[in-house]
Amino acid sequence: MSRYTPPEQSKAGQIFDIVVVVVAIFVALWLPLKLGLAGAAKSIDVLDAKTWEALGQNPTMASIWERLGYTPETAHDIIQNRFHYVIDWPTLIIMAAVLIGYFVFLFRASDREYRDVINEKFDDK
Amino acid sequence: MTITLEPVIHGDRVSLLRVLGPAHVWALGVGIVLVGEFTGWNFAADKGGALAALIVCWIVGLLYTSVAMIDSEVTSTVAAAGGQYAQAKHIVGPLMAFNVALFLVFAYTMLEVSDAILLGDTIVAKAGVEGLNHNAFIAATIVVLAWLNYRGVLMTLNVNFVITAIAYISIVILFFSVSPWTQGAVLKLNELVTPENALPYGWIGVIAAFQFGIWFYLGIEGTTQAAEEVRSPARSLPYGTMAGMITLLIAAAMTWYVCASLMPWEYLGITYYPLWDAGKLTGSPLLENLLFVATLLAALASANGCINDAARAWFSLGRDRYLPSWFSAVHPRYRTPYRSILFLLPIALAFAFIADLNQAITFSILSGVLQYTFMSINIVMFRKKWPLASIRRGYTHPFHPLPAIVLFCLCVVTYFAIFLGFGSQLIAMVAFYFLISLWFHFYRYKFVRRGDQFTMPWPRPQGY
Repeated sequence: MSRYTPPEQSKAGQIFDIVVVVVAIFVALWLPLKLGLAGAAKSIDVLDAKTWEALGQNPTMASIWERLGYTPETAHDIIQNRFHYVIDWPTLIIMAAVLIGYFVFLFRASDREYRDVINEKFDDK
Repeated sequence: MTITLEPVIHGDRVSLLRVLGPAHVWALGVGIVLVGEFTGWNFAADKGGALAALIVCWIVGLLYTSVAMIDSEVTSTVAAAGGQYAQAKHIVGPLMAFNVALFLVFAYTMLEVSDAILLGDTIVAKAGVEGLNHNAFIAATIVVLAWLNYRGVLMTLNVNFVITAIAYISIVILFFSVSPWTQGAVLKLNELVTPENALPYGWIGVIAAFQFGIWFYLGIEGTTQAAEEVRSPARSLPYGTMAGMITLLIAAAMTWYVCASLMPWEYLGITYYPLWDAGKLTGSPLLENLLFVATLLAALASANGCINDAARAWFSLGRDRYLPSWFSAVHPRYRTPYRSILFLLPIALAFAFIADLNQAITFSILSGVLQYTFMSINIVMFRKKWPLASIRRGYTHPFHPLPAIVLFCLCVVTYFAIFLGFGSQLIAMVAFYFLISLWFHFYRYKFVRRGDQFTMPWPRPQGY
Protein backbone atom coordinates (compact mmCIF):
# COMPACT_ATOMS: atom_id res chain seq x y z
CA MET A 1 0.00 0.00 0.00
CA SER A 2 1.36 3.46 -0.87
CA ARG A 3 2.21 5.63 2.11
CA TYR A 4 -0.22 8.50 2.65
CA THR A 5 1.44 11.90 2.92
CA PRO A 6 -0.80 14.41 4.66
CA PRO A 7 -0.81 18.04 3.51
CA GLU A 8 1.11 20.52 5.64
CA GLN A 9 -1.29 22.78 7.45
CA SER A 10 -0.59 26.51 7.30
CA LYS A 11 -0.47 28.62 10.47
CA ALA A 12 -3.71 30.32 9.45
CA GLY A 13 -5.32 26.90 9.00
CA GLN A 14 -4.14 25.82 12.44
CA ILE A 15 -5.55 28.97 14.01
CA PHE A 16 -8.85 28.44 12.19
CA ASP A 17 -9.09 24.86 13.48
CA ILE A 18 -8.36 26.00 17.03
CA VAL A 19 -11.14 28.60 16.73
CA VAL A 20 -13.57 25.92 15.44
CA VAL A 21 -12.81 23.68 18.41
CA VAL A 22 -13.15 26.50 20.94
CA VAL A 23 -16.46 27.64 19.41
CA ALA A 24 -17.75 24.04 19.43
CA ILE A 25 -16.80 23.64 23.08
CA PHE A 26 -18.58 26.80 24.13
CA VAL A 27 -21.67 26.10 22.03
CA ALA A 28 -22.00 22.58 23.43
CA LEU A 29 -21.30 23.38 27.05
CA TRP A 30 -22.29 27.02 27.42
CA LEU A 31 -25.49 27.01 25.34
CA PRO A 32 -27.33 24.44 27.52
CA LEU A 33 -26.48 26.62 30.53
CA LYS A 34 -27.66 29.77 28.77
CA LEU A 35 -30.89 28.17 27.53
CA GLY A 36 -31.63 26.73 30.97
CA LEU A 37 -31.38 23.16 29.65
CA ALA A 38 -28.68 22.16 32.12
CA GLY A 39 -29.20 21.32 35.76
CA ALA A 40 -31.74 19.40 37.79
CA ALA A 41 -35.42 19.28 36.77
CA LYS A 42 -36.96 19.80 40.24
CA SER A 43 -39.97 21.68 41.55
CA ILE A 44 -41.28 22.70 44.98
CA ASP A 45 -44.36 20.93 46.37
CA VAL A 46 -45.72 23.81 48.46
CA LEU A 47 -47.16 23.00 51.90
CA ASP A 48 -49.55 25.39 53.68
CA ALA A 49 -48.60 24.27 57.19
CA LYS A 50 -44.90 24.97 57.64
CA THR A 51 -44.09 22.90 60.73
CA TRP A 52 -41.42 20.25 61.25
CA GLU A 53 -44.14 17.61 61.56
CA ALA A 54 -45.80 18.67 58.31
CA LEU A 55 -42.41 18.60 56.63
CA GLY A 56 -41.94 14.99 57.77
CA GLN A 57 -39.12 15.77 60.19
CA ASN A 58 -38.91 13.91 63.52
CA PRO A 59 -37.50 15.67 66.65
CA THR A 60 -33.91 14.51 65.91
CA MET A 61 -34.09 15.83 62.34
CA ALA A 62 -35.71 19.09 63.50
CA SER A 63 -32.97 19.67 66.07
CA ILE A 64 -30.28 19.17 63.39
CA TRP A 65 -32.00 21.60 60.99
CA GLU A 66 -32.08 24.14 63.83
CA ARG A 67 -28.38 23.60 64.59
CA LEU A 68 -27.72 24.28 60.92
CA GLY A 69 -29.58 27.58 61.28
CA TYR A 70 -32.92 26.67 59.65
CA THR A 71 -36.53 27.20 60.74
CA PRO A 72 -39.48 25.26 59.25
CA GLU A 73 -40.13 28.28 57.01
CA THR A 74 -36.58 28.48 55.64
CA ALA A 75 -36.21 24.68 55.36
CA HIS A 76 -39.54 24.32 53.51
CA ASP A 77 -38.15 25.08 50.05
CA ILE A 78 -35.26 22.66 50.56
CA ILE A 79 -37.32 19.77 51.90
CA GLN A 80 -40.18 20.18 49.45
CA ASN A 81 -37.99 20.76 46.38
CA ARG A 82 -38.37 17.32 44.78
CA PHE A 83 -37.69 15.41 41.61
CA HIS A 84 -40.81 14.10 39.87
CA TYR A 85 -39.72 11.03 38.03
CA VAL A 86 -42.10 10.75 35.11
CA ILE A 87 -40.62 8.92 32.15
CA ASP A 88 -41.13 11.02 29.05
CA TRP A 89 -40.99 8.25 26.44
CA PRO A 90 -40.44 10.41 23.31
CA THR A 91 -37.46 12.15 24.98
CA LEU A 92 -36.11 8.82 26.20
CA ILE A 93 -36.36 7.33 22.71
CA ILE A 94 -34.63 10.40 21.21
CA MET A 95 -31.87 10.13 23.79
CA ALA A 96 -31.39 6.41 23.14
CA ALA A 97 -31.38 6.98 19.36
CA VAL A 98 -28.82 9.80 19.63
CA LEU A 99 -26.56 7.69 21.86
CA ILE A 100 -26.80 4.51 19.77
CA GLY A 101 -26.40 6.46 16.52
CA TYR A 102 -23.35 8.22 17.90
CA PHE A 103 -21.62 5.02 19.00
CA VAL A 104 -22.49 3.14 15.78
CA PHE A 105 -21.04 5.98 13.69
CA LEU A 106 -18.00 6.15 15.97
CA PHE A 107 -17.13 2.46 15.70
CA ARG A 108 -17.88 2.14 11.98
CA ALA A 109 -15.98 5.27 10.93
CA SER A 110 -13.11 4.39 13.29
CA ASP A 111 -12.88 0.93 11.76
CA ARG A 112 -12.55 2.38 8.25
CA GLU A 113 -9.74 4.67 9.42
CA TYR A 114 -8.12 1.86 11.43
CA ARG A 115 -7.86 -0.40 8.37
CA ASP A 116 -5.85 2.35 6.61
CA VAL A 117 -3.57 2.63 9.63
CA ILE A 118 -2.99 -1.13 9.87
CA ASN A 119 -2.48 -1.59 6.14
CA GLU A 120 0.06 1.22 5.93
CA LYS A 121 1.86 0.13 9.10
CA PHE A 122 2.15 -3.58 8.32
CA ASP A 123 2.28 -3.56 4.52
CA ASP A 124 5.32 -1.27 4.67
CA LYS A 125 7.36 -3.98 6.42
CA MET B 1 12.90 8.06 46.63
CA THR B 2 15.25 7.62 43.67
CA ILE B 3 14.46 9.89 40.79
CA THR B 4 15.73 9.30 37.28
CA LEU B 5 16.00 12.54 35.38
CA GLU B 6 16.82 11.06 32.00
CA PRO B 7 14.46 12.45 29.39
CA VAL B 8 12.63 10.12 27.05
CA ILE B 9 13.66 10.89 23.51
CA HIS B 10 11.47 10.16 20.49
CA GLY B 11 13.73 10.80 17.56
CA ASP B 12 15.03 14.34 17.98
CA ARG B 13 11.96 15.55 19.93
CA VAL B 14 12.19 16.57 23.55
CA SER B 15 9.61 14.56 25.45
CA LEU B 16 8.23 13.88 28.89
CA LEU B 17 10.41 12.79 31.83
CA ARG B 18 10.13 9.31 33.40
CA VAL B 19 10.26 10.32 37.05
CA LEU B 20 7.13 8.88 38.69
CA GLY B 21 6.63 5.82 40.90
CA PRO B 22 3.57 3.90 42.22
CA ALA B 23 3.01 6.46 45.02
CA HIS B 24 2.65 9.22 42.44
CA VAL B 25 0.22 7.07 40.44
CA TRP B 26 -1.83 6.53 43.63
CA ALA B 27 -1.66 10.27 44.40
CA LEU B 28 -2.75 11.17 40.87
CA GLY B 29 -5.73 8.79 40.94
CA VAL B 30 -6.90 9.29 44.53
CA GLY B 31 -5.99 12.99 44.46
CA ILE B 32 -8.37 13.60 41.57
CA VAL B 33 -11.15 11.50 43.04
CA LEU B 34 -11.05 12.13 46.78
CA VAL B 35 -12.83 15.46 46.39
CA GLY B 36 -15.86 13.35 45.44
CA GLU B 37 -16.17 12.39 49.12
CA PHE B 38 -16.09 16.07 50.11
CA THR B 39 -18.76 17.15 47.62
CA GLY B 40 -20.85 15.73 44.80
CA TRP B 41 -21.60 12.16 45.95
CA ASN B 42 -24.25 13.57 48.29
CA PHE B 43 -26.33 14.80 45.33
CA ALA B 44 -27.12 11.07 44.95
CA ALA B 45 -29.06 11.43 48.22
CA ASP B 46 -30.99 14.28 46.62
CA LYS B 47 -31.96 12.09 43.66
CA GLY B 48 -32.87 8.97 45.62
CA GLY B 49 -32.52 9.38 49.39
CA ALA B 50 -29.76 8.42 51.84
CA LEU B 51 -30.10 4.67 51.36
CA ALA B 52 -29.98 5.08 47.59
CA ALA B 53 -26.66 6.90 48.00
CA LEU B 54 -25.27 3.91 49.92
CA ILE B 55 -26.59 1.37 47.41
CA VAL B 56 -25.05 3.24 44.47
CA CYS B 57 -21.83 3.78 46.42
CA TRP B 58 -21.30 -0.01 46.39
CA ILE B 59 -22.76 -0.79 42.96
CA VAL B 60 -20.84 2.04 41.31
CA GLY B 61 -17.81 0.79 43.27
CA LEU B 62 -18.30 -2.44 41.29
CA LEU B 63 -18.40 -0.40 38.07
CA TYR B 64 -15.11 1.24 38.95
CA THR B 65 -13.51 -2.02 40.05
CA SER B 66 -14.31 -3.24 36.52
CA VAL B 67 -12.82 -0.01 35.13
CA ALA B 68 -9.66 -0.47 37.21
CA MET B 69 -9.28 -4.15 36.19
CA ILE B 70 -9.82 -3.46 32.50
CA ASP B 71 -7.69 -0.34 32.54
CA SER B 72 -4.83 -2.06 34.33
CA GLU B 73 -4.58 -4.74 31.66
CA VAL B 74 -4.77 -2.41 28.69
CA THR B 75 -2.57 0.29 30.20
CA SER B 76 0.11 -2.11 31.35
CA THR B 77 0.36 -3.10 27.68
CA VAL B 78 -0.27 0.27 25.98
CA ALA B 79 1.88 2.52 28.15
CA ALA B 80 1.72 5.89 26.42
CA ALA B 81 0.74 9.44 27.39
CA GLY B 82 -2.94 10.05 26.91
CA GLY B 83 -3.96 6.80 28.63
CA GLN B 84 -7.27 5.64 27.19
CA TYR B 85 -6.63 7.83 24.13
CA ALA B 86 -3.55 5.81 23.24
CA GLN B 87 -5.52 2.62 23.89
CA ALA B 88 -8.32 3.70 21.52
CA LYS B 89 -5.80 4.65 18.85
CA HIS B 90 -4.19 1.21 18.85
CA ILE B 91 -7.30 -0.91 19.36
CA VAL B 92 -10.35 0.83 17.80
CA GLY B 93 -9.17 3.59 15.48
CA PRO B 94 -8.35 7.29 15.13
CA LEU B 95 -11.90 8.71 15.35
CA MET B 96 -12.57 6.81 18.57
CA ALA B 97 -9.21 8.01 19.90
CA PHE B 98 -10.13 11.60 19.08
CA ASN B 99 -13.42 11.23 20.95
CA VAL B 100 -11.85 9.49 23.93
CA ALA B 101 -9.33 12.30 24.27
CA LEU B 102 -12.20 14.81 24.25
CA PHE B 103 -14.05 12.73 26.90
CA LEU B 104 -10.92 12.93 29.02
CA VAL B 105 -10.38 16.62 28.49
CA PHE B 106 -13.98 17.53 29.33
CA ALA B 107 -14.31 15.10 32.22
CA TYR B 108 -11.17 16.52 33.81
CA THR B 109 -11.66 20.16 32.90
CA MET B 110 -15.23 20.16 34.28
CA LEU B 111 -14.02 18.31 37.36
CA GLU B 112 -11.37 21.01 37.77
CA VAL B 113 -14.15 23.61 37.41
CA SER B 114 -16.21 21.82 40.09
CA ASP B 115 -13.19 21.75 42.40
CA ALA B 116 -12.57 25.46 41.97
CA ILE B 117 -16.25 26.29 42.61
CA LEU B 118 -16.20 24.10 45.73
CA LEU B 119 -13.04 25.78 47.00
CA GLY B 120 -14.41 29.27 46.36
CA ASP B 121 -17.79 28.54 47.96
CA THR B 122 -16.20 26.88 50.99
CA ILE B 123 -13.97 29.88 51.66
CA VAL B 124 -16.88 32.30 51.20
CA ALA B 125 -19.06 30.24 53.57
CA LYS B 126 -16.30 30.09 56.18
CA ALA B 127 -15.60 33.84 55.94
CA GLY B 128 -19.30 34.66 56.38
CA VAL B 129 -18.73 38.18 55.03
CA GLU B 130 -21.71 39.85 53.36
CA GLY B 131 -21.10 40.46 49.63
CA LEU B 132 -17.92 38.36 49.41
CA ASN B 133 -17.84 36.70 45.98
CA HIS B 134 -16.22 33.35 45.14
CA ASN B 135 -14.84 34.44 41.75
CA ALA B 136 -11.49 35.71 43.05
CA PHE B 137 -10.81 32.42 44.87
CA ILE B 138 -11.82 30.40 41.81
CA ALA B 139 -9.52 32.41 39.52
CA ALA B 140 -6.60 32.22 41.96
CA THR B 141 -6.99 28.45 42.34
CA ILE B 142 -7.08 27.71 38.62
CA VAL B 143 -4.25 30.09 37.71
CA VAL B 144 -1.88 29.01 40.52
CA LEU B 145 -2.42 25.31 39.83
CA ALA B 146 -1.92 25.83 36.10
CA TRP B 147 1.37 27.55 36.91
CA LEU B 148 2.38 24.62 39.13
CA ASN B 149 1.63 22.21 36.30
CA TYR B 150 3.52 24.43 33.87
CA ARG B 151 6.60 24.16 36.09
CA GLY B 152 6.80 20.36 36.21
CA VAL B 153 5.01 17.10 36.76
CA LEU B 154 7.20 15.81 39.59
CA MET B 155 6.65 18.87 41.79
CA THR B 156 2.93 18.81 40.90
CA LEU B 157 2.44 15.21 41.95
CA ASN B 158 4.64 15.49 45.04
CA VAL B 159 2.34 18.30 46.19
CA ASN B 160 -0.66 16.11 45.34
CA PHE B 161 0.68 13.19 47.35
CA VAL B 162 1.00 15.28 50.51
CA ILE B 163 -2.34 17.11 50.30
CA THR B 164 -4.24 13.95 49.27
CA ALA B 165 -2.80 12.08 52.25
CA ILE B 166 -3.82 14.88 54.65
CA ALA B 167 -7.37 15.03 53.20
CA TYR B 168 -7.73 11.24 53.43
CA ILE B 169 -6.45 11.11 57.00
CA SER B 170 -9.01 13.78 57.97
CA ILE B 171 -11.85 11.42 56.88
CA VAL B 172 -10.34 8.62 58.98
CA ILE B 173 -9.97 10.97 61.98
CA LEU B 174 -13.59 12.14 61.63
CA PHE B 175 -14.80 8.54 61.39
CA PHE B 176 -13.05 7.39 64.56
CA SER B 177 -13.84 10.61 66.47
CA VAL B 178 -17.61 10.02 66.29
CA SER B 179 -17.52 6.57 67.93
CA PRO B 180 -18.79 4.73 64.83
CA TRP B 181 -19.34 1.55 66.85
CA THR B 182 -22.14 3.17 68.94
CA GLN B 183 -25.35 4.89 67.90
CA GLY B 184 -27.05 7.64 69.87
CA ALA B 185 -24.06 9.49 71.32
CA VAL B 186 -23.00 11.40 68.20
CA LEU B 187 -24.32 9.37 65.28
CA LYS B 188 -28.08 8.92 64.90
CA LEU B 189 -28.50 6.81 61.80
CA ASN B 190 -31.63 5.03 63.05
CA GLU B 191 -33.42 8.32 63.62
CA LEU B 192 -32.28 9.98 60.40
CA VAL B 193 -32.62 7.10 57.93
CA THR B 194 -36.00 5.55 58.74
CA PRO B 195 -38.11 3.02 56.81
CA GLU B 196 -40.32 5.93 55.72
CA ASN B 197 -37.57 8.13 54.24
CA ALA B 198 -34.79 5.67 53.32
CA LEU B 199 -35.95 5.52 49.69
CA PRO B 200 -38.30 8.52 49.29
CA TYR B 201 -38.69 7.97 45.53
CA GLY B 202 -38.69 4.16 45.69
CA TRP B 203 -36.39 2.09 43.46
CA ILE B 204 -36.51 4.55 40.56
CA GLY B 205 -34.75 6.95 42.93
CA VAL B 206 -31.98 4.36 43.37
CA ILE B 207 -31.51 4.21 39.60
CA ALA B 208 -31.59 8.02 39.36
CA ALA B 209 -28.92 8.20 42.08
CA PHE B 210 -26.42 6.35 39.86
CA GLN B 211 -25.65 9.68 38.20
CA PHE B 212 -23.98 11.17 41.26
CA GLY B 213 -22.87 7.80 42.63
CA ILE B 214 -20.30 8.04 39.82
CA TRP B 215 -18.85 11.02 41.65
CA PHE B 216 -17.58 8.80 44.50
CA TYR B 217 -14.87 7.51 42.13
CA LEU B 218 -14.85 9.55 38.89
CA GLY B 219 -11.32 10.11 37.66
CA ILE B 220 -9.50 7.04 39.10
CA GLU B 221 -8.79 6.00 35.53
CA GLY B 222 -6.71 9.17 35.22
CA THR B 223 -3.73 7.25 36.55
CA THR B 224 -3.06 6.08 33.01
CA GLN B 225 -2.43 9.62 31.79
CA ALA B 226 1.00 9.47 33.39
CA ALA B 227 2.03 6.35 31.46
CA GLU B 228 4.94 8.03 29.67
CA GLU B 229 6.19 9.64 32.87
CA VAL B 230 6.17 6.50 35.05
CA ARG B 231 9.48 4.66 35.52
CA SER B 232 7.93 1.18 35.34
CA PRO B 233 4.46 1.47 33.79
CA ALA B 234 3.68 -2.27 33.65
CA ARG B 235 4.13 -2.50 37.43
CA SER B 236 3.32 0.97 38.74
CA LEU B 237 0.09 1.65 36.85
CA PRO B 238 -1.90 -1.48 37.88
CA TYR B 239 -0.49 -1.31 41.42
CA GLY B 240 -1.22 2.40 41.88
CA THR B 241 -4.71 2.15 40.31
CA MET B 242 -5.82 -0.88 42.34
CA ALA B 243 -4.43 0.60 45.58
CA GLY B 244 -6.27 3.81 44.77
CA MET B 245 -9.56 1.97 44.20
CA ILE B 246 -9.29 0.16 47.55
CA THR B 247 -8.49 3.46 49.27
CA LEU B 248 -11.55 5.10 47.72
CA LEU B 249 -13.98 2.29 48.53
CA ILE B 250 -13.00 2.57 52.21
CA ALA B 251 -13.28 6.37 52.17
CA ALA B 252 -16.68 6.25 50.42
CA ALA B 253 -18.14 3.85 52.97
CA MET B 254 -16.85 5.89 55.93
CA THR B 255 -18.09 9.13 54.39
CA TRP B 256 -21.62 7.83 53.78
CA TYR B 257 -21.89 6.32 57.27
CA VAL B 258 -20.82 9.49 59.09
CA CYS B 259 -22.80 11.93 56.93
CA ALA B 260 -26.03 9.91 56.81
CA SER B 261 -25.81 9.55 60.60
CA LEU B 262 -25.43 13.28 61.21
CA MET B 263 -27.84 15.12 58.88
CA PRO B 264 -31.30 14.62 57.31
CA TRP B 265 -31.19 13.34 53.73
CA GLU B 266 -32.88 16.47 52.36
CA TYR B 267 -30.04 18.63 53.67
CA LEU B 268 -27.38 16.05 52.81
CA GLY B 269 -28.67 16.08 49.23
CA ILE B 270 -28.16 19.80 48.66
CA THR B 271 -25.15 20.83 50.74
CA TYR B 272 -21.95 21.64 48.85
CA TYR B 273 -19.72 20.43 51.69
CA PRO B 274 -21.18 17.37 53.48
CA LEU B 275 -17.99 16.39 55.30
CA TRP B 276 -17.36 19.92 56.56
CA ASP B 277 -20.99 20.03 57.73
CA ALA B 278 -20.47 16.68 59.43
CA GLY B 279 -17.46 18.17 61.23
CA LYS B 280 -19.63 21.10 62.38
CA LEU B 281 -22.42 18.82 63.58
CA THR B 282 -20.09 16.83 65.81
CA GLY B 283 -19.84 20.00 67.91
CA SER B 284 -16.04 19.82 67.90
CA PRO B 285 -14.30 23.02 66.66
CA LEU B 286 -11.18 20.96 65.99
CA LEU B 287 -13.05 18.55 63.68
CA GLU B 288 -14.92 21.42 62.03
CA ASN B 289 -11.67 23.23 61.20
CA LEU B 290 -9.92 20.01 60.18
CA LEU B 291 -12.70 19.15 57.73
CA PHE B 292 -12.76 22.74 56.43
CA VAL B 293 -9.04 22.56 55.62
CA ALA B 294 -9.40 19.02 54.25
CA THR B 295 -12.21 20.16 51.91
CA LEU B 296 -9.94 22.85 50.51
CA LEU B 297 -7.01 20.45 50.18
CA ALA B 298 -9.13 17.79 48.46
CA ALA B 299 -10.39 20.37 45.98
CA LEU B 300 -6.83 21.57 45.34
CA ALA B 301 -5.45 18.05 44.87
CA SER B 302 -8.23 17.16 42.48
CA ALA B 303 -7.96 20.33 40.40
CA ASN B 304 -4.20 19.86 40.30
CA GLY B 305 -4.47 16.30 38.98
CA CYS B 306 -7.18 17.31 36.51
CA ILE B 307 -5.03 20.01 34.93
CA ASN B 308 -2.24 17.46 34.64
CA ASP B 309 -4.49 14.87 32.94
CA ALA B 310 -6.51 17.17 30.68
CA ALA B 311 -3.35 18.84 29.39
CA ARG B 312 -1.73 15.48 28.57
CA ALA B 313 -4.79 14.31 26.64
CA TRP B 314 -4.86 17.60 24.68
CA PHE B 315 -1.09 17.37 24.13
CA SER B 316 -1.50 13.86 22.69
CA LEU B 317 -4.11 15.11 20.21
CA GLY B 318 -1.68 17.76 19.00
CA ARG B 319 1.24 15.33 18.81
CA ASP B 320 -0.72 13.02 16.52
CA ARG B 321 -2.02 15.99 14.47
CA TYR B 322 -5.64 15.20 15.42
CA LEU B 323 -5.59 18.85 16.46
CA PRO B 324 -3.10 21.50 15.28
CA SER B 325 0.42 20.32 16.08
CA TRP B 326 1.06 23.62 17.86
CA PHE B 327 -0.39 21.98 21.00
CA SER B 328 2.26 19.26 21.00
CA ALA B 329 5.10 21.49 22.16
CA VAL B 330 6.98 20.38 25.29
CA HIS B 331 8.55 23.12 27.39
CA PRO B 332 12.32 23.05 26.71
CA ARG B 333 13.18 23.52 30.38
CA TYR B 334 10.31 22.07 32.42
CA ARG B 335 9.43 19.27 29.97
CA THR B 336 5.69 19.86 30.38
CA PRO B 337 2.95 20.21 27.72
CA TYR B 338 2.82 23.91 28.48
CA ARG B 339 0.78 25.10 25.50
CA SER B 340 -1.97 22.61 26.27
CA ILE B 341 -1.94 23.73 29.92
CA LEU B 342 -2.24 27.38 28.90
CA PHE B 343 -4.93 26.70 26.26
CA LEU B 344 -7.24 24.90 28.69
CA LEU B 345 -6.77 27.54 31.41
CA PRO B 346 -9.26 30.16 30.05
CA ILE B 347 -11.81 27.45 29.20
CA ALA B 348 -11.77 26.25 32.81
CA LEU B 349 -11.99 29.83 34.08
CA ALA B 350 -14.93 30.67 31.81
CA PHE B 351 -17.00 27.68 32.91
CA ALA B 352 -16.11 28.15 36.58
CA PHE B 353 -17.72 31.59 36.37
CA ILE B 354 -20.90 30.58 34.50
CA ALA B 355 -21.76 27.05 35.70
CA ASP B 356 -23.25 25.85 38.98
CA LEU B 357 -21.58 23.05 40.89
CA ASN B 358 -24.09 20.33 39.96
CA GLN B 359 -24.11 21.43 36.29
CA ALA B 360 -20.31 21.27 36.09
CA ILE B 361 -20.35 17.89 37.84
CA THR B 362 -22.95 16.58 35.37
CA PHE B 363 -20.82 17.68 32.39
CA SER B 364 -17.91 15.81 33.90
CA ILE B 365 -19.96 12.69 34.70
CA LEU B 366 -21.39 12.58 31.17
CA SER B 367 -17.96 12.57 29.59
CA GLY B 368 -16.83 9.97 32.12
CA VAL B 369 -19.71 7.59 31.35
CA LEU B 370 -19.16 7.91 27.59
CA GLN B 371 -15.57 6.95 28.22
CA TYR B 372 -16.49 3.93 30.36
CA THR B 373 -18.85 2.74 27.63
CA PHE B 374 -15.90 2.84 25.23
CA MET B 375 -13.71 0.95 27.74
CA SER B 376 -16.19 -1.93 28.07
CA ILE B 377 -16.16 -2.47 24.29
CA ASN B 378 -12.46 -1.71 23.93
CA ILE B 379 -11.32 -4.57 26.18
CA VAL B 380 -13.39 -7.09 24.19
CA MET B 381 -11.83 -5.82 20.95
CA PHE B 382 -8.36 -5.89 22.54
CA ARG B 383 -8.68 -9.56 23.55
CA LYS B 384 -10.12 -10.43 20.12
CA LYS B 385 -7.47 -8.65 18.07
CA TRP B 386 -4.57 -9.77 20.27
CA PRO B 387 -5.48 -12.96 22.19
CA LEU B 388 -3.60 -13.60 25.44
CA ALA B 389 -0.76 -15.59 23.93
CA SER B 390 -0.10 -13.17 21.06
CA ILE B 391 1.47 -10.27 23.02
CA ARG B 392 3.06 -9.86 26.46
CA ARG B 393 0.79 -8.06 28.92
CA GLY B 394 2.03 -6.43 32.13
CA TYR B 395 -1.16 -7.55 33.85
CA THR B 396 -4.05 -9.81 32.79
CA HIS B 397 -7.38 -9.18 34.46
CA PRO B 398 -9.44 -12.20 35.58
CA PHE B 399 -13.00 -13.27 34.70
CA HIS B 400 -13.01 -11.73 31.20
CA PRO B 401 -15.55 -10.79 29.77
CA LEU B 402 -17.56 -10.45 33.02
CA PRO B 403 -16.05 -7.07 34.09
CA ALA B 404 -16.71 -5.70 30.59
CA ILE B 405 -20.34 -6.85 30.65
CA VAL B 406 -20.87 -5.45 34.18
CA LEU B 407 -19.30 -2.16 33.14
CA PHE B 408 -21.43 -1.88 30.00
CA CYS B 409 -24.68 -2.66 31.85
CA LEU B 410 -23.89 -0.14 34.59
CA CYS B 411 -23.14 2.50 31.96
CA VAL B 412 -26.59 1.92 30.40
CA VAL B 413 -28.20 2.30 33.84
CA THR B 414 -26.25 5.51 34.40
CA TYR B 415 -27.41 6.99 31.08
CA PHE B 416 -30.95 6.33 32.22
CA ALA B 417 -30.13 7.89 35.60
CA ILE B 418 -28.85 11.04 33.88
CA PHE B 419 -31.98 11.09 31.74
CA LEU B 420 -34.00 11.23 34.98
CA GLY B 421 -33.58 14.93 35.73
CA PHE B 422 -30.69 15.93 33.45
CA GLY B 423 -31.80 14.53 30.05
CA SER B 424 -31.48 17.77 28.06
CA GLN B 425 -27.88 18.20 29.19
CA LEU B 426 -27.09 14.64 28.06
CA ILE B 427 -28.60 15.10 24.58
CA ALA B 428 -26.81 18.45 24.09
CA MET B 429 -23.46 16.97 25.02
CA VAL B 430 -23.79 13.85 22.85
CA ALA B 431 -24.90 16.09 19.95
CA PHE B 432 -21.64 18.03 20.42
CA TYR B 433 -19.54 14.86 20.29
CA PHE B 434 -21.45 13.74 17.19
CA LEU B 435 -20.84 17.01 15.32
CA ILE B 436 -17.18 17.28 16.30
CA SER B 437 -16.74 13.65 15.17
CA LEU B 438 -18.14 14.53 11.74
CA TRP B 439 -15.70 17.45 11.59
CA PHE B 440 -12.80 15.14 12.43
CA HIS B 441 -13.74 12.25 10.14
CA PHE B 442 -14.56 14.31 7.05
CA TYR B 443 -12.06 17.18 7.41
CA ARG B 444 -9.41 17.04 10.10
CA TYR B 445 -8.29 13.44 9.56
CA LYS B 446 -6.61 14.38 6.26
CA PHE B 447 -3.77 15.97 8.27
CA VAL B 448 -3.05 12.73 10.16
CA ARG B 449 -0.20 10.40 9.18
CA ARG B 450 -1.85 6.97 8.89
CA GLY B 451 0.76 4.34 9.72
CA ASP B 452 2.45 6.52 12.34
CA GLN B 453 -0.60 6.14 14.57
CA PHE B 454 0.40 2.61 15.46
CA THR B 455 3.54 2.68 17.59
CA MET B 456 3.30 -0.54 19.63
CA PRO B 457 5.69 -3.41 18.76
CA TRP B 458 2.78 -5.81 18.29
CA PRO B 459 1.92 -8.21 15.47
CA ARG B 460 -0.82 -7.39 13.00
CA PRO B 461 -4.24 -7.54 14.73
CA GLN B 462 -6.33 -10.62 13.99
CA GLY B 463 -9.02 -9.98 11.36
CA TYR B 464 -7.10 -7.10 9.72
